[in-house]
Amino acid sequence: MTTSSAAPASDAALPVRVDHLDLLESHAIFIIREVVAECERPVLLFSGGKDSAVLLHLAVKAFAPALIPFPVMHVDTGHNFDEVIAYRDRQAEAAGARLVVASVQASIDAGRVLDPGEGVSRNRIQSTTLLDALSHHGFDAAFGGARRDEDKARAKERVLSFRDRFGRWDPRRQRPELWQLYQGRVNHGEHLRAFPLSDWTELDIWQYIERERIELPSIYFAHDRDVVHRDGMLLAVSEWVAPRGDEVAERMRVRYRTVGDATCTGAVVSEARTVAQIIEEISVARVSERGATRADDKFSETAMEDRKREGYF
Amino acid sequence: MADSTVMDLLRFATIGSVDDGKSTLIGRLLVDTRQLFDDQLEAVAHASVSRGVGDLDLSFVTDGLRAEREQGITIDVAYRYAATPTRKFIIADCPGHVQYTRNMATGASTADLALAVVDATAGLKEQTRRHLCIAALLGVRRVIVAANKMDLAEWAKDPYDAIAAEVDALADRLGIEEPLVVPISALHGDYVVEPTGAAPWYDGPTVLGALEAAPAGGWAGEGTVGSRLPIQWVLRHPTGKRTYAGMVDGAPLAPDQRMVLLPAGIDATVRRVATADGDLALAPVGRCVDVDLHEDTPAGRGDMLASPPLPQVLDHLTATVCWFGEEQAREQPREPLTAGQRFRVKHTTRTTVGFVEHVHARLDVNRLVLEPADTLEANDIGIVSITTADPLVVDPYTANRITGSFVLVDERTNATLAGAMVGEPTFATA
Repeated sequence: MTTSSAAPASDAALPVRVDHLDLLESHAIFIIREVVAECERPVLLFSGGKDSAVLLHLAVKAFAPALIPFPVMHVDTGHNFDEVIAYRDRQAEAAGARLVVASVQASIDAGRVLDPGEGVSRNRIQSTTLLDALSHHGFDAAFGGARRDEDKARAKERVLSFRDRFGRWDPRRQRPELWQLYQGRVNHGEHLRAFPLSDWTELDIWQYIERERIELPSIYFAHDRDVVHRDGMLLAVSEWVAPRGDEVAERMRVRYRTVGDATCTGAVVSEARTVAQIIEEISVARVSERGATRADDKFSETAMEDRKREGYF
Repeated sequence: MADSTVMDLLRFATIGSVDDGKSTLIGRLLVDTRQLFDDQLEAVAHASVSRGVGDLDLSFVTDGLRAEREQGITIDVAYRYAATPTRKFIIADCPGHVQYTRNMATGASTADLALAVVDATAGLKEQTRRHLCIAALLGVRRVIVAANKMDLAEWAKDPYDAIAAEVDALADRLGIEEPLVVPISALHGDYVVEPTGAAPWYDGPTVLGALEAAPAGGWAGEGTVGSRLPIQWVLRHPTGKRTYAGMVDGAPLAPDQRMVLLPAGIDATVRRVATADGDLALAPVGRCVDVDLHEDTPAGRGDMLASPPLPQVLDHLTATVCWFGEEQAREQPREPLTAGQRFRVKHTTRTTVGFVEHVHARLDVNRLVLEPADTLEANDIGIVSITTADPLVVDPYTANRITGSFVLVDERTNATLAGAMVGEPTFATA
């Protein structure tokens, strides 16, 4: 029950204060419903990360007690944490949603993209797999959990973000998005990305996870793991990541702040075992979520913009 | 931690002419309130040095696109988020150039307040007057003016007084509240967060102080019309029951409330106001709910449930339009807006088609005068009359931003070509 913000009905003339999480939740639900109403075949992109967990939770709420009227799609780089895949399957089933898996390995095998090589991130080549899958299934709108506070290019992006026939984002030619008039029509071959969490911050996400008791993959919480120090990050030793040169595997207590391709997503040193402890930890953090955990954004000043122009999430 | 008590949320947009320092001010505000992470600050410093624009170009905090950094301008709105112990902020840092008016309007359309930045060494420019006019048209009633670059004006009181006199007169004409004018240096940080004493003659609040003190919320307008529920979606329950999903607008919604389903004009009574978490005794404006009615009605997406004072049902209306006049999808500029052109019209959750019957006038944003005109060029604001295929359920824009606004969309390319507000501007004279 979330009725705490409602004032007594006898006082209807007074303005009612609304909790900021209620506002963010309502705005996101409004966007999800608008996209479903305006587009033919939406799909929800689900990575198993915390933002997509919140997104799926909101989608379920937007249509309860009916089931969500669209499938869930995971773009699978093949470099996964087992816990995340198990979590993904569990969540899709709990939501009653059909799960579509788009495989980067399949794109490599089909010759659509070049394998970047052993132990190298497949983050960038995901765009091809994603665009091929959208086109193959005829999806004209893809919900994503991206937030504007993550990156300076995302900060510029509309809630409904238009993609041309080539899947490209052109930041200079975005549709004006006035008031709450989300205008979602596209022509054949074009599509939309819809970002209902645009106005949420990392802290909002965690506060909402706590309030709604949303389940997350266990790797978000502190655990002991063998890691190597590489590119200023802590990478988990795995099937794809082994110590190189003079790197030494070290057992440390860590957790993940984001979930992505295991070869380019770093862990952070942490003792936080509960959502409340995580909220406390990030409230005093001095390094951003992507800065702490994503090697792929360290390459250039406009790495995210460049990837998005190619069709990235 | 995880404080769930109500925290005010203020949405504001920066407005003003290019190069007067909007992005630098937002950069300064974010840096001095410690909203930036160390790695983000390092990235800004690194980009500044590599582009040869000093040790730390604060405008790079929000100007994140490659083209923006190359040209040193803002092209599109950047949304940034900040929190102080008393308040959360959603900041829309808007571009200053005339050709990006559509992006400025995007940022200002949902703002509670406008932060107007004026170069104190140059005075109030035409583009700043234009932005203040557009912000007022969009329903932004509160403005804070930052008289920037006061360090270059050697903190003299005269330029500050000149700006204050000019904006007071303009605010009076536009019908917005008398703005607070804060003398600042965004570059050096005076009076942004810290009252440094650089202007001994000024004893008002800093920009942050003013932002924290301003009334928040309610950009959509509340209290002047009855409850509104534009129906987004019909939820079909496993039991076969139908309820109506939408966001509450206008005034709070409660069980037992008498409503009218429009445009059909069918009376209905609210049985329950539900959410996925349970029923609400009173659903505040801005809350998404599912409404269960006592009566069986044929309501669907695009219809509206409303309580008195009721909206109007119109298929012919007069509106103030911001004509963007540019295809977003292609490079070509578009022909001017004239009578006879046909568009898709999106108003609340209803989409229909409409013709522009007449272009009546164009607004001279400098003199605030309506001039007779029969076409509107790109970035013009004008008065038009429109006939729609299906009736729209509207309130005047000045009474409610949600039910008083619509967009004109190109039927072929789906580009959003104009933002439109029901009614005429109150401040303009013929």
